Parts: sequence; structure tokens; C-alpha cells
Amino acid sequence: VTAREASICGRAAIVGIGNTRRWNAPGRTPFDQLQEAAVLALEDCGLRFDQVDGLFCAMSTSGLPVLNVAERLGIKPTYADGTMVGGASFLFHLQSAMAALEAGLCQVALICYGSNQLTAGGKLASMPDPQPYEAPFRPRYPISSYALAAARHMHQYGTTREQLADVAVAARAWAQRNPDAYARGPLTRADVLASRMVSDPLTKADCCLVTDGGAALVLTRAERARDLPRPPAYVLGVGVAVGHRQISAMPDLTTTCAVESGRRAYAMAGLGPRDVDHVMLYDAFTINTLLFLEDLGFCAKGEAGALVQSGAIAPGGTLPVNTNGGGLSCNHPGMYGLFTLIESVEQLRGHCSDRQVPGAAVSLAHANGGVLSSQATAILGTAATL
Amino acid sequence: VSYLPEGTPVPSPGPDDAPFWDACDRQELRIQCCADCGTFRHPPIPVCAACRSTKSTWARTSGTGTVFSYTVAHHPTHPALHGAPPYNIAVIHLDGAGDVRLVSNVVDVPPDEMRIGMRVIVVWDAIGDGHFLPRFRREDGP
Repeated sequence: VTAREASICGRAAIVGIGNTRRWNAPGRTPFDQLQEAAVLALEDCGLRFDQVDGLFCAMSTSGLPVLNVAERLGIKPTYADGTMVGGASFLFHLQSAMAALEAGLCQVALICYGSNQLTAGGKLASMPDPQPYEAPFRPRYPISSYALAAARHMHQYGTTREQLADVAVAARAWAQRNPDAYARGPLTRADVLASRMVSDPLTKADCCLVTDGGAALVLTRAERARDLPRPPAYVLGVGVAVGHRQISAMPDLTTTCAVESGRRAYAMAGLGPRDVDHVMLYDAFTINTLLFLEDLGFCAKGEAGALVQSGAIAPGGTLPVNTNGGGLSCNHPGMYGLFTLIESVEQLRGHCSDRQVPGAAVSLAHANGGVLSSQATAILGTAATL
Repeated sequence: VSYLPEGTPVPSPGPDDAPFWDACDRQELRIQCCADCGTFRHPPIPVCAACRSTKSTWARTSGTGTVFSYTVAHHPTHPALHGAPPYNIAVIHLDGAGDVRLVSNVVDVPPDEMRIGMRVIVVWDAIGDGHFLPRFRREDGP
């Protein structure tokens, strides 16, 4: 029996997706966004709210999201999980939903999220988790922590500002092929380098967007998924890892615990980086894309700058990454993780027209939370990959 | 003169970290150390994450260290900081305290002269009411 056969590889599938695509929606609350996304996801798979018995959610604006969402959506969950590890929460929820479905603790799992970060004032909603040992020295949360990682990567591996800029340029080139992306104007390497410096070495153009948004997914066990209207996106592998809370406690600023989450996801799937057709990496900042390309094995440590500079991750390249435009150019409502999974499912369904990766059968979605703190990796596949 | 203007947030010591901040007020950089396994830890917490012991000591350090990484903030993150940027935020790997790193500022180095690997030593920055923050200056500086 292989590790894959002994695991829950392929035992559940994403059968419905909902994406409000409302990146700038004055008057809509985070719950409005979440509710609309949940409705869309259930319509997508032809299931009803009264069939949902597994509820998974996280919001930066609610400390008790499961309670609020259950009440508002009229869901009486037999299984619920409000794990909050920042933007990666929803991939932690995916793992939890896989286990709960396998154990028979629920039959239809809904993972959902909503935010009004842009229209609420354009600021990252601050969570009640003060960092009194860092605050007196006035880092800007969270960008300063990512800048500290970027500076260390540049120092240790010779990564350049130009290579970081190329990450943003590639994301924009994909966004220009996605009519739903929020930022679609021209963007060159020179534009990124000339952008306002925020936290050296990261400029404004190295930072993700600030948008509103809502997203939702529905999962069932594989045997039920086959009877639903959409082609199932089977969860072949999933892995999570938690490293630290504060950036000063991260052992090596150039290696994240995506190494561990990725290893776990690959082992469950019985696959490796070379088997992946399409990649989604949580790009809150340009440095993220470089770190995760390395930590998930798409290149050796220190080589992601050169890989991106070669054009590999941009349209026409050998490794399509962040084909929706990513957090840098499509949308970023504060906790972006669910949107990585949604684009992976869209690609596996073959519904991405101008940005479609031809024949995409295996997609890897990776999410990050905190300050490179929590990492979660999911590998999705079409029926042909089972 | 403080590196950053008055009016920015200051520490509010609680039961776990009062020994750290009290030592700062005496201008001593003391780092919590497990009394059983010897692992240094920061921020201060009641239990050692390595061995779960609740016994700890507060080891006085030399205050020297190395810049492990840094960033330069280019715009204010607090109303009191208007006009303050650019200023640096540095991660300092302390000498003689295991893997402990502090987030702090290097007060005497202009942004374009900051370097990873730079040797630094603690400097006690008065923030009023007899309180001090551990900031750093170039070790071979004036």
C-alpha cells in the first residue's frame, strides 16, 4: 500500500465555487459578501443550504465567525471549524473538512469568507493580537516583516530588486487576461522600481491590492461529487504547517514552513513539483512568490529570482503561476487564501478562456498567513488524475 | 533624544514581561532563560517551549549583536510619526542569548549605510517617566 493509497488522497472534491468578484462594493458588509459567495457556491453545485452540515469560516472582522455565519445563513452545523491562522485559514479549513467528510462527521462542507477591507477605509482590519515587543520600534504591520525577509533573501542569495519587480509584472500580465481582475493597466519593471518606497526593499507595487471580496467553496465526498453538475476538483493532497507568530521568532527569514506543508501535500498526493501543471501562490508581497517557488520545490533555494526573471511564471512561460493576477493584481480582501483555491478549480474546469492553462489537470494552491507564519498547501486534480 | 518622536506606543508591562522591562529601566538587557534546559526565549512567557519547564532566570547579556535583517520605513505608521521617516527597523541577533533576536532600531546609521551583518550594541533610549527602550548603535561608532 503506497502512502497515497493509505491517505485521504482524492476522497473528497470541491464541487461548487462562489466568488462575488465585488472588489469595490460600498455599502456591503463582510457578511453580505460572504453570504453572496455562499449562495453562488451552492447554486454552482446544485445543493441547498439545508444540506450544508459542515461550516468552516474565518473573518478578520469577527472573532466568532462560525456563530455569526451559522445564524445568518440558517445553517445548523454538525461539524464546524473557525480556525484563524490569517490568510491561510481556508486551506487549514480544507484539511479539516477533508477529515470530517472522511469520518462521516458531515456530508456537505461549506468554506466561506467575506471582507469589506477597501470600502471600510483601505486598512487591514487589525486583529486583537498585539505585539508589544515590536510595536515600540514601529514596524508597519505586516509589510515590515515581509521586507525583513526580502532584505535577507537579497543579502543571502543575491536576489535583486529587478527580480522582485518581475514578480509583480508577471502577475499583472496574467491579470490583463482576466476580465475580473481589479488592476489591469500596464505595468513594467521600471514602473515597479519607480513606485513609492514603503518599507525598503518593498515598494507600493510590491504590495498586494487592498480590495473587498467574498468567496466560498463546497466540498463533498468523492462518490457524491460525481453525481453533481460540475466536474469535481478532487483534493489529491493537503498539508499545513505553523512556524512562528512574530517575525523575530522565524528561524531563517529565507525559508518558510511551506517546506513542511508542501512535503505533506506532495506525499498525500503521491506527486512532486514536476507533476504540477498550474500553481497558485499567496502573493501578499512579491517576495512571497519567490519564497514559495523555492520552498515548494519548483526551484532550489535562492534560485527563484532567476526563474522569475527568465519569464517562466508569466503568460507563455513554462510554469504558469497566479493566473488570475494574484493578490498583486486580481484582488486581496485581507485574507486571500480562498481565492487561490477558486482559481485552481476554474483552471481544472477549463473555464479560464484567455488565461486558461491548456490541459491543466493538476493544480497546486498555496496560502500563507500572519507574517510568513502559517503555511498550507493543497493539490487538486481532475478525475483523470485519480 | 529618542530615535522616534514622543507619543508613539510604549510598553505596558504585564506579569510575564515585567522583569524584562524593569531590567530595561535599569539599563540592563536581560533575556529570559530556562532554568532547566538553558534555552533562551523572547518574548517572555511563563513556560519554556523547548522543555515545558516553568522555572526561568533572567540572564544579563553584553548587549552586543549583529543586524540579521532590516527594513527602512518610508512613511508614518502612527500620527506621532509624521516627519520621522525614513527610519529603520532591524532584527538584531543578540550575542550570548542562543537564537534570540530582537526587533529594534539602529539609531546612528542612515538608511543607505545600513547593512546586514553590521555589529551593534545596545543603547538605552529614554522614553520618559524613567523608562528606557533597548535600541542599538554601531558597535565601532563614536
